[in-house]
Amino acid sequence: MIRNHKITNYLFRIAGILTAFFFTAIVLMIARANPLEAFANIFLGAVSTPIKIADSLVAWVPLILTSCGLVITFTAGLWNIGIEGQITLGAIATTWMLRLLQDSGWPSVVILTIGFLAGITGGVIWAMLAGGLKFFGGVSEIFAGLGLNFIATALTIYLIFGPWKRAGVASMSGTKPFEESLWLPTIPGFRLSIWSILLAVVSVLVVFILLKNTIIGLRLKAVGKNPKAAVQMGIPTSRYMLLSFILCGIFAGLTGAMQVIGVYHRLIPSISSGYGFLGLLVAMLVNYQILWAVPVALLFAALNIGGIQLPIMMKLDSTLSGVMQSSLVLFYILLDGVRKIWIKKKEKTSDE
Amino acid sequence: MHIEIKNIHKHFGSVHANNDISLTIERGLILGLLGENGAGKSTLMKILSGLIYMDSGEIMINDQLQVLTNPMDALRLGIGMLHQDPQDFPSMAIKEDLLIWNQKIGHKKSQRDLSELTEIQNELGFKIDLNGMVGELTVGERQQLELIRLLWLGVELLILDEPTTGISASQQETLFGALKKLAQKGKTIIFVSHKLEEVKELCSRVIVLRKGCLIGSRDAPFKENDLVKLMFGRQITRVKKSQARTAKVNLSIDLLSIDDFRISIENANLNLFEGEIIGLAGMEGSGQRQFLQTLAGIKQPTGGTINLDGEPISGKNCIEFQKRGIFYVPSARMEEGLVPGMNLEEHYILSDCGKNFFINSQESRQISEKRIRQFNIKGHPFTNTEELSGGNQQRLLLSLLHDSARILLLENPTRGLDVESANWIWSILKERCLTTTSIIFSSADLDELTYYADRILVFFSGKISQPLASSGLNEEKLGRMIGGKDWPK
Repeated sequence: MIRNHKITNYLFRIAGILTAFFFTAIVLMIARANPLEAFANIFLGAVSTPIKIADSLVAWVPLILTSCGLVITFTAGLWNIGIEGQITLGAIATTWMLRLLQDSGWPSVVILTIGFLAGITGGVIWAMLAGGLKFFGGVSEIFAGLGLNFIATALTIYLIFGPWKRAGVASMSGTKPFEESLWLPTIPGFRLSIWSILLAVVSVLVVFILLKNTIIGLRLKAVGKNPKAAVQMGIPTSRYMLLSFILCGIFAGLTGAMQVIGVYHRLIPSISSGYGFLGLLVAMLVNYQILWAVPVALLFAALNIGGIQLPIMMKLDSTLSGVMQSSLVLFYILLDGVRKIWIKKKEKTSDE
Repeated sequence: MHIEIKNIHKHFGSVHANNDISLTIERGLILGLLGENGAGKSTLMKILSGLIYMDSGEIMINDQLQVLTNPMDALRLGIGMLHQDPQDFPSMAIKEDLLIWNQKIGHKKSQRDLSELTEIQNELGFKIDLNGMVGELTVGERQQLELIRLLWLGVELLILDEPTTGISASQQETLFGALKKLAQKGKTIIFVSHKLEEVKELCSRVIVLRKGCLIGSRDAPFKENDLVKLMFGRQITRVKKSQARTAKVNLSIDLLSIDDFRISIENANLNLFEGEIIGLAGMEGSGQRQFLQTLAGIKQPTGGTINLDGEPISGKNCIEFQKRGIFYVPSARMEEGLVPGMNLEEHYILSDCGKNFFINSQESRQISEKRIRQFNIKGHPFTNTEELSGGNQQRLLLSLLHDSARILLLENPTRGLDVESANWIWSILKERCLTTTSIIFSSADLDELTYYADRILVFFSGKISQPLASSGLNEEKLGRMIGGKDWPK
């Protein structure tokens, strides 16, 4: 019986992915484009040359970091919509530290380390604000996070056009870039840094072990699945929910720091680049299993990078890769719902 | 309205909730429906009001066969049910609330017809400000509003499910007056209750359900002892077992007051002895749950103190209570006690992980297998809790309790279990009492209460009786007290 379920589970998952492709193909046809050509362009755009593969990996790092954080809050049963703001605050804190220390003459390793730590602090503070509003103010974490996202964006714009504006004229292109000595060292000829890949891999492992092999992870799971029973088992639920926010804030802050130090080398208005929201999609797809986030985030990152080819090659809008990403999630979740109904019906008939 | 129901059957899984029930109700009758918890009263009323559908049987209304598939069908035919919890929208204005219901059943009444409401409420002697908000009304007033609403919608058969829970004495008087008037005008009323006094006062006929079957029917005037016997049946009292109770008090409660949405308990006193078992008797919702939860630190009392070994502990949260050895086992096992989607081993890890950081998978597997054997649970360490049967879930819950537990608060510990499982669970509990653990449990089963408890507290509408020694207690007396009789004024 259980074995049977496993096979149907996989069949439904594959069906979800196929339906998403089919749906995107229809959207492409409505846009008068050849779907196969578009898919081929996206694929080639992501992997055809070493530089493109490296670019996909550059996009993979922030996505996997946010997914790491979000899997933790999901496990605790919380919707950390505020992750975008947490990334942004991480980026702001990192920029602030780097600006303070860039002329200090300290070794860049020290400055960068402080930068990353500042990013973590920024992310954690913003996450604790959302968590605090939930547990002490009774505000839903979704609304608290959403509100804090707007504040974070406003703060970024204010800093870029206000106190941190470039000499001469302030512009949407962000603050003045840092010296190259404060850039995360990259592999020569590529935008990719071995350090960022390493950070992503370590993060995945840490979260995997945390959720799989520690008491904290198990407690978070219990809190997420049934807070009432968790209390009966002696788990202080709100403390653990707050903890999940803090842990997620660490990864969000790291993402922000990485975007500043490793990618943009300055603060730009859309520093989070939507990786928080995209991470939510990844976390939903992988259903608490962080190891699955590795390939899924890679696929999403590749879609992001490959999508850039669409306007160049086919005069299509690059947002089509967004259509694909979100339809993947929608149809996957939809078919998962269908699967549950189907299994229920089947069990009912086999009972009788 | 003349109603005839024939041979109604309803199963829930293996439970035969309604077993071949046939019944005729004439126009203008106030019919009392009596029975203990789980007797099938609610099931029958829900079938009649369209909330659930019967497995087999017929419902004839005014000599016409009717099929009720949902509450709106029933309302259109003139059957309305007044539920225990008001079915209204507290955040709406009263008029909005009424209009929503009106639209739902497809009548085309407009705002103008709200004047009818005033007529109805004047006739019944209610005094609700119809221009106010639903949320500003008391529970009793919301009930009156529901009654007005149902009559306004043209209900001919009115079903009231335990309508006197949570309303004041004067509101009850008004309600009874209104119901009598309605019966005189030819409305048919079914009054579901477990309070003998109320049934005696109001009803002209009573039917009694027990274990899904219609046991008997009586016409007024009623004899109380006769009704009690019908409700609870004759039970053979088993021979009393030895007591593990010692002379040392571990938990004492002084003037404890508890306030809840529906029930308030005032000035409860109790000394619990080590090794003692106290049973809480009473109809469901008479305050037992609130009492247990307060003793567990889940609910905060509004007054009084709880002392453990002479040290006051009231005001602390339930995790502090657990640290001191007080554990609560809820009756809703899956909803409040266990975590669905987590397996047995994970539950055991959580229950005795102590201060470890990492999970020791080898050790936890061993512990799980040992406990599963010890408690005779039909499952594996990797079985998810929701896949267990009710009896095995209860065994799992008990196996999760620490050995250091000194006071166990059990809400209906054997509800829904077969006799064998129930006996087994009690054998485990009795064993614990020999090691000075004390138990307070609630139950609807009189036999279980008198057999296992050393002393019994009877609950009735939030009132708590003096502790009654179970050895000298006969079930008839207990039944009368549960029905609200023989209480000192």
